[in-house]
Amino acid sequence: MMEIGLSHYLTLAAVVFCVGVYGMLTRRNAIGVLMSVELMFNAVNVTLVAFARYVTPATVTGQVVAIFTIAVAAAEATVALAIVLLIYQHHRGINVDQVNFMKW
Amino acid sequence: MADTTMQSHAWLIPVFPLVSMAAIMLFTHRRRALSAGLSIAAVSLSFLYAWAMAFAVWGNPEAQRFSLEWLDLGASMHLPMGILVDGLTAMMLIVVTTVALMVHIYSLGYMHGDTRYSRYYAYLSLFTMAMLTLVLADNFVLMFVAWELVGLASYLLIGFWFEKQSASDAGKKAFITTRLGDLGFIIGMLMLYAGCGSLTFEGVFGAVKSGALGGAMLTTAAIFLFGGAIGKSAQFPLHVWLPDAMEGPTPVSALIHAATMVVAGVYLVARSLTIFISAETAGMFVAWIGIITSLMAASIGLVQNDIKRVLAYSTVSQLGYMIMALGLQGFTAGTFHLMTHAFFKSLLFLGAGSVIHAVHTNDIREMGGLHSKMKTTSVTFLIAALAIAGIFPLSGFWSKDEIVAATLGHPAFTVLSLIVAFMTAFYMFRLYFLTFTGTPRDQHKFDHAHESPKVMTYPLIFLAFLSVVSGWIGLPWLHHGFSAVVFHEEPHHAEFHYGLAAISLLVGLSGMALAYLMYYRRRINPDRLAASLPGIYNTLLNKYYVDDAYTLLFIQPYYAVCRGWFWFDQHIIDGVVNAAGRFGILWGKSQRWFDETFVDGAVNGVGWLTRGFGGTVRYLQTGSLQNYAFVVFAALVILWILQ
Repeated sequence: MMEIGLSHYLTLAAVVFCVGVYGMLTRRNAIGVLMSVELMFNAVNVTLVAFARYVTPATVTGQVVAIFTIAVAAAEATVALAIVLLIYQHHRGINVDQVNFMKW
Repeated sequence: MADTTMQSHAWLIPVFPLVSMAAIMLFTHRRRALSAGLSIAAVSLSFLYAWAMAFAVWGNPEAQRFSLEWLDLGASMHLPMGILVDGLTAMMLIVVTTVALMVHIYSLGYMHGDTRYSRYYAYLSLFTMAMLTLVLADNFVLMFVAWELVGLASYLLIGFWFEKQSASDAGKKAFITTRLGDLGFIIGMLMLYAGCGSLTFEGVFGAVKSGALGGAMLTTAAIFLFGGAIGKSAQFPLHVWLPDAMEGPTPVSALIHAATMVVAGVYLVARSLTIFISAETAGMFVAWIGIITSLMAASIGLVQNDIKRVLAYSTVSQLGYMIMALGLQGFTAGTFHLMTHAFFKSLLFLGAGSVIHAVHTNDIREMGGLHSKMKTTSVTFLIAALAIAGIFPLSGFWSKDEIVAATLGHPAFTVLSLIVAFMTAFYMFRLYFLTFTGTPRDQHKFDHAHESPKVMTYPLIFLAFLSVVSGWIGLPWLHHGFSAVVFHEEPHHAEFHYGLAAISLLVGLSGMALAYLMYYRRRINPDRLAASLPGIYNTLLNKYYVDDAYTLLFIQPYYAVCRGWFWFDQHIIDGVVNAAGRFGILWGKSQRWFDETFVDGAVNGVGWLTRGFGGTVRYLQTGSLQNYAFVVFAALVILWILQ
């Protein structure tokens, strides 16, 4: 059985990140976009923890940053969901194609 | 060395009314009774002082001078200011303060209820102050200043009821007409100064006496100086303002236009007697002007129907009488008549004021029979009329007789002055009979007539008393009585002439008798007489057309010239200004075009360019976040590949 190493984690993170990017760019539903963004966050978290485990095992800096990221992502999610709610109240829908009033 | 304390403090006499005028103007003008009280108190003080000083001067008739340095410009000009107190001054002070006091008191009743009561008293005070300064001055300059001030006061008081167009016009007429004479006064003064380098009476008369100043120069200067008197004393040809001045309140006419200001010219000639003795030609000129004025005014007075205008022409005529006497070197006679005339003429005016106050009209054709209604006024008016007609033993008899006596040696003047005396008696009694006797011609006005209040009748009584007795200081057996005091330095006294006195009395009586026949007994119908002599009657009624001649000769040409200049102003001057304006507008318009086309074009062009560019590139902003995110990631990928 092959030993699971740093490259596996990074590959996983890259795959998840790309899925997130793809979802973010293509989803029409705002909730879907948010979920894609969460995927990108978590892909980054995976790389952070993996680097911390394999490159600097003596310290826990990477883990700490990951926890910070999770906290910030949670805060971001609340703000984003609040915006989505308001958009819903305003447009009777959460289709991001309709949300083009920031233009001009 | 006699005590001269009284004389040296004579400057106080004009200061009292000056103070009251200032006080009324500054503080009490809202409190009518207080203003009047102040004014009367001030003039009373002057009155008491003047009388007290007159006795001091009588005891010590030596002329006293008190002067201060005023203007000293080294060798080029030296003008002291001061007062001169001698018999003539004392006499004038008595006349002015007495009449002024009576008029002040009388005005309490006459002006009662007038809206500008305080101002009236302030003006009266101003006038009194100026007139007293005029007679106290010891030099021509101070005299001239006061001379102008009385002119100002006269103007203000003639136009006192300025709501009335005729009153304000009369004020202007008086001011402008007398100003013509004043020009002569100034020229005369300058000539005297050029001749002897001094303007004090002492200096000028000294130079004349010593012969330093004389000949044609002195004669010309004297005639110019007399020009001032022609204006102020309403002599022909500048007499036209005085009858119009009757638009002022009647007490003012009594004070200014009968007793005091108009005799300023007489006073000027009397004061300058040294000059007129030396310059005999000028003296004759003065005499002729006087008698012409006198005859002219007396004849106009025969036919006038306005009670005040009759008195005004009488005043002009009597002033001419005095001037004539002065011109014929009858200085005592002239000044003597000045004094008696001041009393009886102011009495006549105040009496006329009392009548006007009662019947509210000036027209004697609407009066008649007023004797029964107003006995005091009637009796005092009669006394004054007798005095002016020269009836023995009233004051006018003595002074008029001296004037006639002064004409001895000049037969033409004697005859003419007797004619004037006849006309004077006639018109005065015409006035008296038409006003106070006969049947009322306007029943309504007659019914409302009433005697004036005591505050008005008491001054009448006092003046009537003076009209009777003031002539007695010229009694023939008081040798040099009047002249010794008045002209201490140059006593000049025409002998009392019994024959002439009898003739002039007779002439006066016959004038009265004619008036009696025409206007009391109605034996001669005056209307038919007027109708039978239409030429003469109309000439007199129209005042010899002097006013019309002035209108034709001076006023209308003046207006024509004014209209010409108005046209010039409107078309030429305004044309230039308007052309400049039009050019400015045109220039502005071209500038505007440049501004709008080029400057604004550049600015707008920049804006337009920016806007167009912005319009083009704004499509990049789709507003879709996913597009932006795609661009970001695409850019990242491209950068990564390029790396």
